[in-house]
Amino acid sequence: MTEYFFISVFAIVALIIIGALLALSTILGPRNPTPQKLIPYECGIIPTEEAKGRYPVRFATIAMLFIIFDIEVVFMYPWAVALDQLQLFGLIEMVAFIAILGVAYVYIWGRGGLEWD
Amino acid sequence: MWDDILQFIDPVLDAGFIIGTVKAVVIVVALLGIVPALVWLERRLMGRFQVRLGPNRVGPLGFGQPIADSIKLLFKESIIQSSADKFLFHLAPAVVVFTAIVTFSVIPFGESFTVFGEKIGLWGANINSGLLFVFAISGMGVYGMVLAGLSSNNKYSLMGGLRSSAQMISYELTLGLSALSVIVMTGSLNLIDLVDSQKSLPFILVQPLAFILFFIAGVAETNRAPFDLPEAEQELVAGFHTEYTGMKFAMFFMGEYVNMVTMSSLVTLLFLGGWNSYGLPLWPILAFAGKVFFLLCVFIWLRSTFPRLRYDRLMTFGWKILLPLCLFNLLVTAVIKVL
Repeated sequence: MTEYFFISVFAIVALIIIGALLALSTILGPRNPTPQKLIPYECGIIPTEEAKGRYPVRFATIAMLFIIFDIEVVFMYPWAVALDQLQLFGLIEMVAFIAILGVAYVYIWGRGGLEWD
Repeated sequence: MWDDILQFIDPVLDAGFIIGTVKAVVIVVALLGIVPALVWLERRLMGRFQVRLGPNRVGPLGFGQPIADSIKLLFKESIIQSSADKFLFHLAPAVVVFTAIVTFSVIPFGESFTVFGEKIGLWGANINSGLLFVFAISGMGVYGMVLAGLSSNNKYSLMGGLRSSAQMISYELTLGLSALSVIVMTGSLNLIDLVDSQKSLPFILVQPLAFILFFIAGVAETNRAPFDLPEAEQELVAGFHTEYTGMKFAMFFMGEYVNMVTMSSLVTLLFLGGWNSYGLPLWPILAFAGKVFFLLCVFIWLRSTFPRLRYDRLMTFGWKILLPLCLFNLLVTAVIKVL
């Protein structure tokens, strides 16, 4: 528990520094907004529509694939730490686990889930 | 409930508490002090790589340049464009800096030594799940970039935010999986144990493939060239931080450079033997600092050597090449370990 306390000291110091930087820049910086200054930057062209619109669905599929694979990785961490005790049993289990993961991976690849166009 | 809180505050009564707190403050300040030095190093080295001088007017060898720049940024007007989400706009750079600093809290950089009967370890906090903590907290840094992209209400920023989230989660898999083969060999997530188990030879000689994969993923995770797609200057005019000015803009850079230091330290701890000097007469901390410095120079070297990847190539590279290689390496390591 003691060590986690020191991590929270880090967090507190970080928060103080962030607060100080934000506060200092607000106090020290000038402030004279004009309507032209406050429009979104688009290389000098006046923006015609809101930025928040539709975006490629690819990003959503990548996020879903990530969740699946990341959970697999989470399972592998305790296995890796305990492999000394698990020995052959653990190895066979993990080979089976990765084989099942591999089937899903090949399926995603075959269906074009990893293509980006 | 109260017991938990008391247990949490208990170290206050301890003598080691003051040392730990002072240590934490010193580490954070030193870490932020490294940032201008690193900016200077990068600009000077890039200058040399491109056969020019780099900044050399302010102070000796131009060392005052980044300091002057940061003071200038402090005095700049903070422009928040009118359609931006004010709260999230301020929160985003804070998240980036916060996660960068807190991640470094568990990174050890030397052995412990004794002063006045008190044992002082050269680390912020020594926890058993150090590596998991690093991955967990550094992964939160993605939120900063996504929030910056979303709250700016700017097309470039949104695109940069989306790209960075997709890129960072894809390469996080490679990062986690390639570190896993080292964990299989040591059976511990404690970063100090990892260094101790490399006393005779560093893991880079045992796990060269894992080292390469981890380093590539590390470069991608820190959004450095050739993987700096989120901030691709030519296409996205700085991506997720297009709308940021002044100190908030500088905070993104602080986060990026602190992450670079953390990633170099992590590579050193996992693969280059940490502070083990392998027969060279060096102080442990100097051996560690030397390795980290070398890796930082490699980061800069990569930036000035490689052109930026195209986005589709980046994603297919991560998913179709790095990921299977990681799994293959992990299985081979486990088979050798068990048999």
